[in-house]
Amino acid sequence: MKKQWIGFSLIGAALVALAAVFAQQQSVLFVSTQFTPIEEAQRMRQVILKDFSGRVEFIPEDNAPFTSRILSEAKAGKVNVSLVGGLHGDFPPLIAAGAMDSVDDVMAQLKDRRFSPTFVSLGKMGTGSQYYIPWMQATYIMVANKQALQYLPTGANLNTLTYSQLKEWGANIQRATGKRLLGFPAGPRGLMHRFTQGYLYPSYTKSAVSKFRSDEAQRMWSEFKGLWQFVNPQSTTYDFMQEPLLSGEVWVAWDHIARLRDGLNQKPNDFVAFPAPIGPYGRGFMPVLAGLGIPKNAPNRDGAVALIEYLTRPEVQITTLVENGFFPVIQAKLPDNLPQGTRMAADAIARQAQSNVALPSLLPVGLGARGGEYNKVFQDTFARIVLRGEDIRRVLDSEAINLRRVMNDAKAPCWSPDPVSEGPCPVN
Amino acid sequence: MRSERYIPYLLVLPSVIFLLFLFAWPLVEALLLSIRGSEGWTLEHFQRMAADLYFKDALKYTVLLAVVVVPLQVILALCMAMLLGGISRGRDLFLYVWTIPLGISDLAAGIAWLAIFTERGYLNSFLQALGLIHEPRLWLSYETPAMLFLAVVAAEVWRATAIVFVILVAGLQLIPKEYSEAAEVFGATPWRRFWRVTLPLLMPSLQVALILRTILALEVFAVVVALGGRNLPVLAGEAYFWYNAYQNPGVAAAYSVLILGISVLATLLYLRLMRPRQEVVA
Repeated sequence: MKKQWIGFSLIGAALVALAAVFAQQQSVLFVSTQFTPIEEAQRMRQVILKDFSGRVEFIPEDNAPFTSRILSEAKAGKVNVSLVGGLHGDFPPLIAAGAMDSVDDVMAQLKDRRFSPTFVSLGKMGTGSQYYIPWMQATYIMVANKQALQYLPTGANLNTLTYSQLKEWGANIQRATGKRLLGFPAGPRGLMHRFTQGYLYPSYTKSAVSKFRSDEAQRMWSEFKGLWQFVNPQSTTYDFMQEPLLSGEVWVAWDHIARLRDGLNQKPNDFVAFPAPIGPYGRGFMPVLAGLGIPKNAPNRDGAVALIEYLTRPEVQITTLVENGFFPVIQAKLPDNLPQGTRMAADAIARQAQSNVALPSLLPVGLGARGGEYNKVFQDTFARIVLRGEDIRRVLDSEAINLRRVMNDAKAPCWSPDPVSEGPCPVN
Repeated sequence: MRSERYIPYLLVLPSVIFLLFLFAWPLVEALLLSIRGSEGWTLEHFQRMAADLYFKDALKYTVLLAVVVVPLQVILALCMAMLLGGISRGRDLFLYVWTIPLGISDLAAGIAWLAIFTERGYLNSFLQALGLIHEPRLWLSYETPAMLFLAVVAAEVWRATAIVFVILVAGLQLIPKEYSEAAEVFGATPWRRFWRVTLPLLMPSLQVALILRTILALEVFAVVVALGGRNLPVLAGEAYFWYNAYQNPGVAAAYSVLILGISVLATLLYLRLMRPRQEVVA
């Protein structure tokens, strides 16, 4: 009987000791709005995070439960999450509620990373201190069939193409081939509205909302309408540009990298990838930027810092690209065995983000369910001006009323590149 | 004896419950959704629908499609059904082949026809091979609305004639042969027999087919979106875009209520215009 008691106490003591060891090597609870598809989450856990020295519990969550989880933990004063990963637009509600810690100290440790300065400043969220560390990016770029290159206007360089040169290019191609071979994804599921919101408007007005009906916007639309006469009219049925590029229906196209990737990877020798054109205010472009932040009172801040350091290492950034298709936010040397199409896209993305004319504009922030109607304003404006040939001034004035209603309903303040606003972003 | 009176009601009960749950309830919900705003009852959703860029075109094309497609399908199906009646050997083979499109989803049908009409599609390759055109023509762009409309009509006729055909074949089989034989004895020509005997007796089936097809034509969506994107707006498509892309269920519900209204109107019209004549009933 006695012997049994001794045995039990020994086992008990061993268990307590083991628990103490585990408690010291506490894991980092990492919650993210990215990699929610089960395969991506698995690749994150099994491949990307494999070489991290500490223990990580990676939990992807949809946007709404993600936000309410962080907010309610902060409110309850019992924080479990140590690291937060989300798109730029996921952060404002958390910062507004005071749930996020400044990560200036982490940024200072990562001096050697060579982050794109544009992204670092976006991570400050318009304040003096860093709220997230850039993590990974996707974006929209241009792709051209190599056959089109011979018709580039004289003096034009793909990497510094302007909108008027793009128009001239289209005109040259049409003159030579008799076909309209520029292409845009203006189909029902296409992302044409992102082109107007994030590329055209910022390039010509340094704004998307507040100068929606400005004289600059009027000039922009009239120039774009001029460009559209060289665009393949089937563009209004294109959802993804990789198919028309592959079939040869289109030679020069703009789209989201994920909707071009198959084309680039299937026939890398037929295509070139390059940054979006430049307008009077610079190169408006829309980075889909994800960042890493630390909640206030995080239970394992040290672990979170170590994990940020790990995820921004060049080799891990490249693993993330290869495994889950998001591109690096640092200047990283790409390995030779990367698929050629992916490498071309990565180069174009880097040139687009790093250049001194870069004018990043964000995916809409804080619109919630109104995001759809916000997009509709831009889609309808495009359809009325470009496809139906309505008077530009009249269209801008009437659509501005719709835009104003969306902004007021959502009570959304301005986001980059519109200047900071008090209250809903105004449509001047 | 008394309990037997309830049996029919009991037998109908499950389907009534089914209808209430899956049709009546969503219908009432949609109605409420379309007239309720953030601050009580409102007609705002209908006003926004009517003021929308695509509303007039959507209404026009939906009605136009129904007016063009339905009669074409009925005439075609009637011809096919009569032809089938004249075939003795291999009848089943024809029946099966003609009803194949029934098994294809409308989106798949739309994509199949897109492969025919797109710039690098089968039609252009075929015409080029024949030497009729030198380079691919654009059939489905916003600059060629008439051609786009014809492509949708072709796809719809191909896809949905089979359902009319099946209804009419069933209807024809219900007509006793004696009537036609009697008419033949009195010297009626085949054309006269069809016109005076078969067609009036087929009226109930025709009515069912017309009502069904018209309602479905008013709901046309996937084929049009696949072929034309937003270039050929239709009501059901607009309801989808407002619900899904613009995330405004109120306006989407307004569109669906409008479709419902037109469908009910069309059905009442058919019921009134195609009332069986008394001598046929007798």
